[in-house]
Amino acid sequence: MSVDESLDAVVDVLTDAAPPGSHDRERRHPDMTDEEEALRDAGAVAVLRRGLAVTPELKQGLVLTAVLAVATALGKLAVPILIQQILDRGVLGDAGYRPGFVAAACAGATVLTIGLYFVSRATFLRLVRAAEASLLGLRVRTFEHIHRLSLADHVDQRRGALVSRVTSDVETMAQFTEWGAVAWIVDSVLSVTTIGVMLLYSWQLALVAVGVFLPLLPALRYLQRRQLAAYDEVRTAVGGTLSEVSELVTGAPVVLAYGLQGRTRGRLDDAIRTQYKAQMSAAKWFAVMFPLADLFGAITLATVMAVGAINGPAWGLGLGELIAFIFLVNLLLLPISELSEILDQTQTAIAGWRKILGVLATPIDVEEPIAGRTLPAGVLAVDLDGVRFAYRTGDEVLRGIDLHIPPGVSVAVVGETGSGKTTIAKLLCRLADPTTGTVRVGGVDLREVSPESRRAAIRMVPQDGFLFDTTLGDNVRVGRPDADEAALRAAFTTLGLGGWLDDLPLGLEAEVGERGTNLSVGERQLVALARAQLGDPGLLILDEATSSVDPETEQALTEALDRLSAGRTVVSIAHRLSTAERADLVVVVDAGEVVEQGTHAALVAAGGVYAGLYASWLGNTRVLDHDG
Amino acid sequence: MRRGVRLLWLSVRAQPRPFALAVTGAALFAVMAVGGTIILGRVTDEVLIPAFEEGGVERRAVALGAAAIVAASVLRMVGVVLRRYFGQMAQRRMQVLWFQRVTDRYLTVPLRWFDAHPTGELLAHADADCERSTMAMQPLPFSLGVIVIIAISMAQLARVDPVLLAVAVALFPGLALLNNSYTKKVEQPASAAQARVGDVSAVAHESFEGALVVKTLGLEDREVERLRGRAEDLRRERLVVGRLRAGFEPGLDALPNLGTIVLLWLGAWRVSIGAVTTGELVQAMALFGILAFPFRIVGFLLEELPRAVVANDRVQGVLAAPVRAEPAAPVPLPDGPLDVVFDDVRFAYDEDDVVLDGVSARVRPGEVVALVGSTGAGKTTLCSLVVHLLDPTGGEIRLGGAPLRQVDPDAVQRAAALVFQESFLFADTVRENLTMGDDVEDAEVWAALEVARARTFVERLPHGLDEVIGERGVTLSGGQRQRIALARALLRRPRVLLLDDATSAVDATVERAILDGLRGSVAATTLVVAHRVSTIALADRVLLLEHGRVAAEGTHRELLSVPAYAALVRAYEQDAA
Repeated sequence: MSVDESLDAVVDVLTDAAPPGSHDRERRHPDMTDEEEALRDAGAVAVLRRGLAVTPELKQGLVLTAVLAVATALGKLAVPILIQQILDRGVLGDAGYRPGFVAAACAGATVLTIGLYFVSRATFLRLVRAAEASLLGLRVRTFEHIHRLSLADHVDQRRGALVSRVTSDVETMAQFTEWGAVAWIVDSVLSVTTIGVMLLYSWQLALVAVGVFLPLLPALRYLQRRQLAAYDEVRTAVGGTLSEVSELVTGAPVVLAYGLQGRTRGRLDDAIRTQYKAQMSAAKWFAVMFPLADLFGAITLATVMAVGAINGPAWGLGLGELIAFIFLVNLLLLPISELSEILDQTQTAIAGWRKILGVLATPIDVEEPIAGRTLPAGVLAVDLDGVRFAYRTGDEVLRGIDLHIPPGVSVAVVGETGSGKTTIAKLLCRLADPTTGTVRVGGVDLREVSPESRRAAIRMVPQDGFLFDTTLGDNVRVGRPDADEAALRAAFTTLGLGGWLDDLPLGLEAEVGERGTNLSVGERQLVALARAQLGDPGLLILDEATSSVDPETEQALTEALDRLSAGRTVVSIAHRLSTAERADLVVVVDAGEVVEQGTHAALVAAGGVYAGLYASWLGNTRVLDHDG
Repeated sequence: MRRGVRLLWLSVRAQPRPFALAVTGAALFAVMAVGGTIILGRVTDEVLIPAFEEGGVERRAVALGAAAIVAASVLRMVGVVLRRYFGQMAQRRMQVLWFQRVTDRYLTVPLRWFDAHPTGELLAHADADCERSTMAMQPLPFSLGVIVIIAISMAQLARVDPVLLAVAVALFPGLALLNNSYTKKVEQPASAAQARVGDVSAVAHESFEGALVVKTLGLEDREVERLRGRAEDLRRERLVVGRLRAGFEPGLDALPNLGTIVLLWLGAWRVSIGAVTTGELVQAMALFGILAFPFRIVGFLLEELPRAVVANDRVQGVLAAPVRAEPAAPVPLPDGPLDVVFDDVRFAYDEDDVVLDGVSARVRPGEVVALVGSTGAGKTTLCSLVVHLLDPTGGEIRLGGAPLRQVDPDAVQRAAALVFQESFLFADTVRENLTMGDDVEDAEVWAALEVARARTFVERLPHGLDEVIGERGVTLSGGQRQRIALARALLRRPRVLLLDDATSAVDATVERAILDGLRGSVAATTLVVAHRVSTIALADRVLLLEHGRVAAEGTHRELLSVPAYAALVRAYEQDAA
């Protein structure tokens, strides 16, 4: 029945309640990698150990902080001890009232209290500093690691999850370190020392107190579980309400045009009622939790008082000691109920930590060479030999691609969605490495090329034309950080976009907005082309946009693309057959294999897959013109 | 502050009963908290002291004392449960009330209002802002209870001994001051830290969204430095908060302790001269122990109040939004096929943003007219005007001769159906998405699906019409979604059908089959916005919209001689593969 055992019980609650969502262990989470999956079942202790290993900041000066924390906890015991001393030796003792002793004891206690205030402040500060330093380090390291992960881990469905690794997951830990971590240290020390002092006064009463207190732990543990489950329900209900509101807001045109107000009102009412019920059922547990600790405290107090009053004198206990003991019972109540409150927070923090560790444990697929080779200057040839590729979890996407593109040739890769053509583009700029086979650019295996040389010589223009929330100029400059303004303007004029740039009121200083939303989809693509032009690459990879653009911008785009492509090797991932029509060479990909290649005219004449695609495209768009 | 009090008063008046119960609970707790210290004092004098004297103590007195301690705690427990449960009830009911008012307004504002407000913001108004508006209600009963605690504590101490009272009177302002200054000082850095969290999140979001660009251009180091900068700012702000808390929290412990020490020093003297009993001194010390926490609660209330006012201002902003105009004396629509007349229709978002600049045209009953024009020509606006989602800023639209502004809105919704390019489906079953809760026979539903060429794939769904689609259910392709949305419109047997690029994601061959089917089975006056030459050519006539006006009208072939039309058609062909 030691304090260690009771603390162990608290830790038990923590460890076996820790793996979140253990009830749906069979179901695989779509936003988790294998590594996260594996860590999910790791116990709290394992998580702590690994967590400490990746956050060295936490360990700095930990010993001194721990010493200070013990001092802080001991300080809280000063008052009950003072009560006992003054009552037993200053007032009620055999010597009667001793004003000198009382004054000296009080003065001593005052100095101690003030001194401990500063010790305690220092402890707190040290803990906060260590915690903030580790959170900063953890955040930056996780962010960096995520950026080094292969693009296969950056799919759309996972983006939100990745963002929450460096935001909300770190935030749950921040909340924990602000209060919970400090409380764990101070409260544990405080409970141990309180029980220690109790034992000094009377081991018999200490046993009685701890014995009456003990059932509180399983009771709190039970309530804690119910409360967590209730909060889970509240979260689900709030999610339900939000999705109803979101349907109303995003579907407003439909709701209004079809007169669905009555139906919507009904569904909103149902949702908010469910939410209210869930909240009230959680309130029930919340209402009982704190007073229960109070009640246990009172029962302990009553028992200690009764046992002490009847047996105290026989056990050689003093009156002051008994009264001090009663104050100690109150002192013990505080850390125990606080610990029960922070358990919930601790679990969330450990869950967050576990997820972060999962990301950090995800291996980096593309390792850069230590002393990389430099690609030859000028136009580059491309050679793919026996290239196979499979994403970490999934079937083979490329199944033996052989492709040889001489320098300066423009190639259009066509194929249905899922044929593997986009993967070819990714391999060409080494966003991933082939599972087997080699990708050579300018005769050099891409795996041996230094990242600087690769990024300068090979440029990809992605279809979404992503822009950062800054000025237009800054967005182009990421294509070559040392470029001056003249170079930026030159990039636009070379592509025939000088006029477009001049028409913008602020020109290069124009803010493009979040994701570039101040510009149209087509304009964003223009900026992406200028960015590529600034780099003057020897190999250009174009991932063509599928979305339609207004005719004017379309014209500017086509011209800019032609100018950008001139004198370079170009690989276009074509979504439109009009692009294929203009290319020197057409490569048709189907189910991860090259099924046809040749010039447009030759492939149409051959009457194969490509000829079929072309005929149906013509049929849908031009039949009427030809008729008329 | 005054506005905060007004908000609280308003909320209390809206939920009088649960609130009264919560305050009763708080008062009970307050009385019994002080009661507990009195009992402790009495127990000291009447049980503990006799126990250590000759002859010991009577068992009955011990039992009585123990029972009193436990009874006081039970009453405190009742008080806390009452306060927490009914306090929560008052708060949550108020939240439901705000939620209903906000969403009621969402249902009655004009559609244009939504354009000016991002979805995330509107969700926050209905959720977080409604909740925040009521947050100050939670610490309120306890704060009122605190007044009771202080009042009876003072009364108790006054009864016991003036010297002990003086110590307490000196301690209270100290606690209040400490609380107040902390609450004030921490507010600014705390909200600054919160804003920095947003900054970190924004950088992470943008950076991961542009992962492809970051990777291909090798911007990783730049991005890491960018995040580090924001994270450093956040850490700095957090340290400011931490430093304040490091001064405050231990102070909140130390101050009552210092008070207790003074109490002991003076109390020992008062006991020795017989002015106070030992029990009364014990009572006073216990009282000091329970006083620090209630001050914290008042602090919470003061912290929460300004936030509640700010959140409620946002809620009030929604409630002040304009309501759609309804006709004073609604006229019904004539029976039978309807024609659609645009009479010099103008529409502008503001002076610089004119969308329609005098459109005049007539679509005859049962006719199929294609609406063609470049992006921004006003096609979607024109469609929205016909179903009265928007109101023309000039001119008039007539349905079957009746001016739209005067027609009963219900009648318009029944007669005209607009199918949007962005097909919006509810996260519900296929059936619910089609019937929208109306009682419709399955045969009719299947017939509508047949015309929309959606029957086959719905039949193949494991649960057919009862399959849940959307967010948590089966994912449909863009073309399938559009076909479901079309069937939803057809099921309502519209007399005027507006297809705003409603089949853009559907395969060209299927699109043609759908339009052929429409002609055969639905005798609706149809206006179709299209980007495919094959679709345009199926219409009886074509309206060419340019710069907010009808630039030309006629059959597809006639219009090919108009250069602007020919250019547009060429562009569409380029696009189509």
